[in-house]
Amino acid sequence: MSSEWPLWEVFIRGQHGLNHRHVGSLHAPDAEMAINNARDVYTRRNEGVSIWVVRSSDITASAPSEKGPLFDPSNSKVYRHPTFFDIPDEVGHM
Amino acid sequence: MATATLEPTVAQAALVEFLLRIGDNTLILGHRVSEWCGRGPALEEDIALANTALDLIGQTQLWLGLAGEVEGQGRSADDLAYLRDGYEFRNILLVERPNGDFGMTLMRQFVFDAWHYLLLKALEGSADRRIAEIAEKAFKEVSYHLDRSRDLVIRLGDGSAESHRRMQEALDDLWAFTGEMFVGDAADAALAEAGVIPEPQSLKVGWDEIVSDTLTEATLKPPADGYMHKGGRRGVHTEHLGYLLAEMQFLQRAYPGATW
Repeated sequence: MSSEWPLWEVFIRGQHGLNHRHVGSLHAPDAEMAINNARDVYTRRNEGVSIWVVRSSDITASAPSEKGPLFDPSNSKVYRHPTFFDIPDEVGHM
Repeated sequence: MATATLEPTVAQAALVEFLLRIGDNTLILGHRVSEWCGRGPALEEDIALANTALDLIGQTQLWLGLAGEVEGQGRSADDLAYLRDGYEFRNILLVERPNGDFGMTLMRQFVFDAWHYLLLKALEGSADRRIAEIAEKAFKEVSYHLDRSRDLVIRLGDGSAESHRRMQEALDDLWAFTGEMFVGDAADAALAEAGVIPEPQSLKVGWDEIVSDTLTEATLKPPADGYMHKGGRRGVHTEHLGYLLAEMQFLQRAYPGATW
């Protein structure tokens, strides 16, 4: 039965003020039931205050094979980190 | 609700009776639904059913716990659940019906949830604060149970030819077990008079409304109100309860007092 249902990705907001986080996926015939199923599968232990679901097929992902060209170039660019400023003592902890 | 003073021992006996009835309903239905664990038609449904079963068993702990307290014989919720025989159970016959297929289980859940929802809503205003507090907690859980079973009854009733046929069969099969929810006796009348519980009959109008709206949307045909099976509330049960208890009570009967 579930093999006929589309796959949905589930995002849960744990507390007010935090971002929704991806928690997993499940099968459901439509969005409304995906929310219900997500409630039953992923919020049983009081994990959430809000649920998002999105069809897995609607997500565009970067290809693992492009990992090198996409991410390697940012590896050795220390100047992109704000570590070259002298912070005055008065500023305290940042 | 009116407040009248009852003769204390009558009130106590009636109150214990009521608490056993509501607690046995949630216990037996909770056990029935738990029989689906690991067998649901999809992983998501399996978990949802297990959640429902756990909600009901959690409510049972509160209702039977209070029943034992009011009874005052030192019996705990566990004693009442595991050490009574069939004729001492007060659940309605509907909840001991075998699960059948998924459609049958859902239809049983839906007709029960619609009634349970209305009952708990009324009990939130009970003159007995202990009852009102349990009802308030259970009401939130049962509101979700009703949303879910109602939604699935509509989806499957108004689904494929096969799912429609199964849902109609389930409805026809279970209908004769719905009447018992609305029949009261002297204990109910005494408690209703004191504002502790609603008259069972008073829930019928609201139930009819929820059920007929849902069935219309589900394209299912409500059966005519004919003969209604009764007896569970008095301890007269169908043969199905015995098998259920044999499984549910086995451990405590074979190894009295076992804990883990």
